[in-house]
Amino acid sequence: MQRLLLLGDEAIAQGALDAGLSGIYAYPGTPSTEITEFVQNSKQARQDHIHSTWSANEKTAMETALGMSYAGKRTMVCMKHVGLNVAADPFVNSAITGANGGLIIVAADDPSMHSSQNEQDSRFFGKFAMVPILEPVDQQEAYDMVHYGYDFSEQHKIPVLLRITTRLAHSRAGVKRKDPRKQNDLKLPEDLRQFVLLPAIARKRYRNLLKAQELFIQESETSSFNKYMDGPDKSLGIIVCGIAYNYLLENYPDRNVPYPVLKIGQYPLPVKMIERMYSDCKEILVLEDGYPVVEESLKGLLGKGLKVKGRLDGTVPRDGELNPNIVAVALGMEDTFGLPVPSIMVNRPPSLCSGCPHIDSFKALNEVLALLPKGRVFSDIGCYTLGALKPYEAINSCVDMGASITMAKGAADAGLIPSVAVIGDSTFTHSGMTGLLDAVNDKSPVTIFILDNGTTAMTGGQDSPAFGKIEAICKGMGVEEGHIHVLRPLKKFHEENVRIINEELIYPGVSVIIPRRECIVTIDKRMRDKFKNAEAPV
Amino acid sequence: MKRDIILAGVGGQGIISIAAIIGTAAIDQGLHLKQSEVHGMSQRGGDVQSNLRISDKMIASDLIPYGKADLIISVEPLEALRYLPYLSSDGWVITSTKPFLNIPDYPDMEKLMDEIRKLPHYVALDADEIAKEIGTAKAANIVILGASSPFLEMQYEKLEDAIRFIFKRKGDEVISKNLEALKAGREFTQKQMHS
Repeated sequence: MQRLLLLGDEAIAQGALDAGLSGIYAYPGTPSTEITEFVQNSKQARQDHIHSTWSANEKTAMETALGMSYAGKRTMVCMKHVGLNVAADPFVNSAITGANGGLIIVAADDPSMHSSQNEQDSRFFGKFAMVPILEPVDQQEAYDMVHYGYDFSEQHKIPVLLRITTRLAHSRAGVKRKDPRKQNDLKLPEDLRQFVLLPAIARKRYRNLLKAQELFIQESETSSFNKYMDGPDKSLGIIVCGIAYNYLLENYPDRNVPYPVLKIGQYPLPVKMIERMYSDCKEILVLEDGYPVVEESLKGLLGKGLKVKGRLDGTVPRDGELNPNIVAVALGMEDTFGLPVPSIMVNRPPSLCSGCPHIDSFKALNEVLALLPKGRVFSDIGCYTLGALKPYEAINSCVDMGASITMAKGAADAGLIPSVAVIGDSTFTHSGMTGLLDAVNDKSPVTIFILDNGTTAMTGGQDSPAFGKIEAICKGMGVEEGHIHVLRPLKKFHEENVRIINEELIYPGVSVIIPRRECIVTIDKRMRDKFKNAEAPV
Repeated sequence: MKRDIILAGVGGQGIISIAAIIGTAAIDQGLHLKQSEVHGMSQRGGDVQSNLRISDKMIASDLIPYGKADLIISVEPLEALRYLPYLSSDGWVITSTKPFLNIPDYPDMEKLMDEIRKLPHYVALDADEIAKEIGTAKAANIVILGASSPFLEMQYEKLEDAIRFIFKRKGDEVISKNLEALKAGREFTQKQMHS
């Protein structure tokens, strides 16, 4: 079969398409976005009527996927690592309900926080839910693991977590495809109470899950994704997880590592393989991207027995992404370095695009707030988070999807009046709506800006689930009609916008201000497409 | 054969296109390739880079180790200097001299050019100016690719083929302008090497 040049994300998507996927569910989030986008743009997916529209958030995505699995079809749900926090409730319980049709959850972690608020490790979540975890070493394995994952999920009736990191998600390499498989037919679970987690049933199913752990470990012992490669020098044994294996090999140009190496691609950990290394070697080095998950479980609380080196003893830095140089130093090799960066170097942080509607919104807001002491604007996750930087310095918080409205309410409850929330349109429907209901029910003195640029902009302009619905949602939640204002964030309306914002800040209840103008990037793209289509021969 | 390349620029300057053209040419020659890209937040006018690795042997890491890059190809002069810790002792820097001014504290241009002239091996050219002379300011990234072409250890025709392939949907006019841009960049480097 042909060899394709694919991003890790795209390899997962192609793997799912070829393994008989019926529906993919996700909310955009770097570095996971391109998985769903690949399916959305795939001719193969359109022909086979594979569901791929965006979900409102990761929780709805996870639950919808669980419903598709209930109905017997193969499904995938994709998210960035912090998205798994949002989906945690259905994710953890899906281990207890189990799966029917193959169910794979993809969590894309972001060590070094290239585009995230933290660098949490989804393997902890997998362990917490007690589901098997797959962690690919490269794009080819990412592709292959999807086929394997569906087989595993259907054979053991269990959801499988596929964990990748930014580097693999956004790196391209050649991938060889397998022959495509057909989708499953509609087929309900044999036991129609399998998904009813009433305590009496849940207890039984939970015991089944506990019992299955033994089986999952046995599967890990024989899995082709876990490999023990012996080496002549037993002074050190190396346990290496996922993509870290590449950084190890990079330091041995002929690929001949002198030490025994245990490459891990499937969890729970293969106990016998680890035992072999433990009895053969004098010390163990653990190389894993993310948290010291494997290292911690080897060390235990007291750290007795063989010396285990890794992130916890400082052999590898405690935080941040791994790279070939970090691994070289951990192996006691000499570090390499090119030329120093000249002292004239300055940072070039990301910034709001020229012509961005958020610029006009922040200018108007800043002008009104200039009369009050600073520190009362709670914001959220999106392009507008860049309003924290110079020259605007307009916001004082960015924590998680939806936290702007609820934090503003909490601060207002504490006496910080007026409190302001700044949230984007798709973030509002992702997790802001419930907080708005709390504020309305409490008649909280908060002014909520829903910056409506008609798209999920930061992740590349995906369709916004909020499109055309914001005023109706606010009214439906009980915001008084006279305190919902749609503004045009443009220079020529600046004075008028400032006046309205001023009035609403004084109002001692919930106001919603909706500055509405399309994202400059999506307009550009739309115009280019229009122009291109007009030029195309008929 | 091995070429480890850092591509550098500012979000939106077209370094992914350069990577796609070199990548297509490499695959066409049956070479191995790994290419790490930047997506997400930095694309909003921030500094971006791509690690492009080409080899006739299997490639392990998606990331190039410090001190091992054969080439830094940059479409912006300040960005060319940001990745110097990756450059190997006999590596080359190929950069445009046209600054992308979107930050208030951009360094003094003379001091910046002094730093570039201090590099052991470099080619520096105003790619925007050359692209404008050809009549397509947008092709500045392809001029830089052309200037880098003598160092790529690839047949020049394969790069031309890759441009024809990548810009296929944009029509003959766009293809021929980009081929011209490629050639103009290449000639600049060849002239400098022979002078």
